[in-house]
Amino acid sequence: MPLTRTSVTTDELELSAVVRLVDAPATGAVVTFVGLVRDHNQGRRVLHLVYEAYQPLAERALQRILDEARERWPAVTLAIHHRIGRLAIGEASVAIAASSPHRTDAFAACRYAIERIKQIVPIWKHEYFEGGDIWIEGATADPDDVTAREAALRIACT
Amino acid sequence: MHVKIRLFARLRDLVGEGELVRDLPAQSTVAAVWDQLVAEFPAIAPYAASMSCAVNADYARLTTVVRDGDEIAFLPPVSGG
Repeated sequence: MPLTRTSVTTDELELSAVVRLVDAPATGAVVTFVGLVRDHNQGRRVLHLVYEAYQPLAERALQRILDEARERWPAVTLAIHHRIGRLAIGEASVAIAASSPHRTDAFAACRYAIERIKQIVPIWKHEYFEGGDIWIEGATADPDDVTAREAALRIACT
Repeated sequence: MHVKIRLFARLRDLVGEGELVRDLPAQSTVAAVWDQLVAEFPAIAPYAASMSCAVNADYARLTTVVRDGDEIAFLPPVSGG
């Protein structure tokens, strides 16, 4: 099990381990997010997903998200583990924990983290569904795109 | 000079391999690497507008100048989470 606050791993994710990475005596709140593989997508019956990463850059991008969150919410500690490889329906693909002395910042930072993951982390879903397979393509990754970052902040803080 | 090119997800599928080594003139930019790749594999041309690039596992710009031995990655739009 990875013990660092950012991880891109083929291992099964364990939320309790991610929570332990952000727990501290000053913590009054921990907010977690777990992304799961669901059995349908845009009208297709999904059989399983295969996640691929550009691993060294994905790890750097996760670290960048931690740095951005620290800049915006200095009291928050964040940990993000993302799984890659073949995942069955119901398995966790991403686990995020945000701790803070108070709940408001922890909720915001956790939401910010998942929004930024979808914007800038070089990971791709290959969806295998009944009748075929397709690469899912979301956002063009550009960490310096201020508009995207502001959009993530806005979602996190409303 | 020689550079290593890394391709991911559908870009890799279109090209047929995820790792290539190509010869380029010194002082080439990432854009020149991409253009050479598109000339060889026209199927990837539509990604010009949506892909990102990285040099040595750090996000880069098309104007970034590459050096001998660099690893240039072209990334289709991401879909993690």
